[in-house]
Amino acid sequence: MAWFSRNRSVTLTAVAIIVAAYVFYAINQRVAVSMIDFAWSFAVPLVLAACVGVMGERSGVINIGIEGQMLVGAFSGFFTAAATQSLWAGVIAGVLSGMLMGAFLAWTTVKWQMDQIIAGVVINIIATGLTSFYYKSGQSLTHVMPNIDIPLLSKIPLIGPVFFEGGPIALTTLVIVAILHFALFRTRWGLRTRAVGEYPSAADTAGINVIAMRLLNVTIAGGLAGLAGAYLSMEATPTFERGMTAGRGFLALAIMIFGAWRPLRAFAAALFFGFTSALASQLQASNIVSLPQQFINLLPYVLTLVVLAAAAGRVRPPAAAGQPFVKGEGS
Amino acid sequence: MTASPSTPAYGEETGAKDRRAATGDRLLDIVGLSKSFGTVRANRDISLHVERGEIVALLGENGAGKSTLVKQIFGLQAPDEGTIAIKGDAAPIKDPKDAIRRGIGMEHQHFQLVPVMTVAENMILGHETTKHGQLDLEGARQLVRELSEKHGLAVDPDAEIEDLPVGTQQRVEILKALSRKVDLLILDEPTAVLTPQETDELLEVMKELAAGGTSIVFITHKLREVLAVADRVYVLRQGSVVGEVAAADTDARGLATMMVGREVVLRVDKDEPKPGADVLRVADLVVLDDRALPAVDGFTLTVRAGEIVGVAGVEGNGQRELVEAIAGMRPPKGGLITLLGEDITKANPHQTHVAGIGHIPEDRERHGLVGSYSLADNMVLNRFDEKPFANGFVRNFEAVRENGEALFKEFDVRAASVMAPAASLSGGNKQKVVVAREMSFGPKLLMAAQPTRGVDVGSIEFIHRRIVAARDEGAAVLLVSAELDEVLSLSDRIAVIHGGKVVAEMPAADADRTEIGRLMAGDH
Repeated sequence: MAWFSRNRSVTLTAVAIIVAAYVFYAINQRVAVSMIDFAWSFAVPLVLAACVGVMGERSGVINIGIEGQMLVGAFSGFFTAAATQSLWAGVIAGVLSGMLMGAFLAWTTVKWQMDQIIAGVVINIIATGLTSFYYKSGQSLTHVMPNIDIPLLSKIPLIGPVFFEGGPIALTTLVIVAILHFALFRTRWGLRTRAVGEYPSAADTAGINVIAMRLLNVTIAGGLAGLAGAYLSMEATPTFERGMTAGRGFLALAIMIFGAWRPLRAFAAALFFGFTSALASQLQASNIVSLPQQFINLLPYVLTLVVLAAAAGRVRPPAAAGQPFVKGEGS
Repeated sequence: MTASPSTPAYGEETGAKDRRAATGDRLLDIVGLSKSFGTVRANRDISLHVERGEIVALLGENGAGKSTLVKQIFGLQAPDEGTIAIKGDAAPIKDPKDAIRRGIGMEHQHFQLVPVMTVAENMILGHETTKHGQLDLEGARQLVRELSEKHGLAVDPDAEIEDLPVGTQQRVEILKALSRKVDLLILDEPTAVLTPQETDELLEVMKELAAGGTSIVFITHKLREVLAVADRVYVLRQGSVVGEVAAADTDARGLATMMVGREVVLRVDKDEPKPGADVLRVADLVVLDDRALPAVDGFTLTVRAGEIVGVAGVEGNGQRELVEAIAGMRPPKGGLITLLGEDITKANPHQTHVAGIGHIPEDRERHGLVGSYSLADNMVLNRFDEKPFANGFVRNFEAVRENGEALFKEFDVRAASVMAPAASLSGGNKQKVVVAREMSFGPKLLMAAQPTRGVDVGSIEFIHRRIVAARDEGAAVLLVSAELDEVLSLSDRIAVIHGGKVVAEMPAADADRTEIGRLMAGDH
């Protein structure tokens, strides 16, 4: 009950959105499904990338390099899959290369106390450079990602075909968000992670290894960024292009803030962004408004600005995000 | 009563003292401990011991090395030389985890509580129990309830730390330490933020814990508390133990002398005030607090030139908001503030400075200093743009440095140089910098909020003398302090504040400690 009164507005908002979605579904089944499907495919990499940001900042490390981590994941995923003709190998390569980039951020900032923003920018620059330099045109995948139906769940009207029928990475993303949210707020790991990100010296004096927690979390988060990259180059479209992340890593940071550093809210926020894009395309396609395509593509970014301005001052980041931890200081 | 296996150990009340004397049942035994930071020797060859069930006070001025010493006992820092033996085991204490495992609990000067988490969550942090991988929060709440009942420290397990007043936060901090099996509890300046009532409660809790067999090491620079609870006292000065004495064999003056190495005037020597014209007039002032509730509610007070008016009251009765309103930091909701007849009700902090108010803020770290600026710059924070410190747009660094050096000598600030960053100083020296700045421009009104909070005895004496000197030079002084002794010894006139208004006003000569205590508690 206490939980409900504290989260009343959030819960009511969620219910209102679901009701609105089903009303829309009742009015026009085909358009509703296609628009929400579009929203979800747009949202998948953003959800994963926002989770990367959440894991980092909740443990006290700002990750500006999500964009670069995704790009490297997309690159290694695609070219490994193309070379080995195995999608599995591609996905694993994407995740591992993301973790490597995560480890780079972790060790430079946590272990050696480099400025977190600078380390993130370094990752973005390295990622753009490497993936452009080693890019080879004319590669392709012989297989595409399979489409998986979850029995029973995929039969639910509206939600079923959108969320429970799709590629393996999109389905995994649902599981990851749920697990991360649960883990962050209900498990020992989560309590310690949040303590480390809010007030590391309190965690330290309680016998928690702050440095180890941060190294672990930032590295694992890098793996999620790699997975988001693999989604872009292997599941959304079976092709890699230079700079194909197109700012999604930064958009994800906005979604993380809009989602108040909570995985489930970030999930909702990403869907909202996706839906706005879908709406714009729909308006364009049905000739209700006639705007140049460029303006339509601009929409998510303009929305980012609006959302961040609205969220500013109303949500509070983890207090220690951005600050290196030095043992013995500050207590 | 159900007999638990551990009760017999505590049950040996009668034989405990004899056994302790016979076997030397030492819980903690430190031998030859030294610790340096760069060229600063924080601890030099310290040897001390603590017996089971004993309360030992570590007394010393700011920067005497007390905190450094206990951090090493808790494994937060490693000693350069020497050994720390716990229950006879001299293995190095690797980290706090190791210290906790070996029965040491610590209440930190800056509470080690996560502000956005609940009491229960903070309580189990680091030794969580889980059920099927899920945190056992119900168990944590139960633990909080049991502990607070056992030790008589009431807290709500579901309250978030940041919503709790500091006194309650401290209870949580102590309960957290007690939630592990603690043989030795370290309290680092536990009373610095407490009201007199809360302090007394804490001292009671300490006595009870010691009676139950827990040893306590507590750091303080308040002599009254030492004499009230400690069995033995170690006095530290400049990193060394300069004295060890049984509390029963000493008094406040003896302890103070050991701390500073010279006689300290605990009572302030001052002549009769020669009050002049009205300087500050506050009429029917209403000021809202951060929650937009009226914290100051119809406050009226006049302060004349050449007198010290002390505002006595339990913290949280509007003192902070009153001071902030007069200083221009918090716009009042209603009422009038005038300085020498000039209306400054709506003035900003710069305008109040120009009008002639010197303000020693309650929170020197946030409102008194810029930690990363040099001392010289901090000494001119309120007038860096005035001559001679600036000429139009251009700052005159030479004048700033000279001013800094002159004030350094005058106010006896101890630091490496005037170009050292303010953050590198100890609390007492930081406060002297603030006092120097606010007094050196000849203020018409000196407003001192908690001017000696967290400051060592030597500096307290110095600051008190300067405040009296400012009065004698004709300044009006408004003193706001949670230390009743400070208000009583320093003021010429006392106003008691309760619920945001003055409930009684009297000449200090007529003031009676118990009477004021009653008024402060809202009994009028």
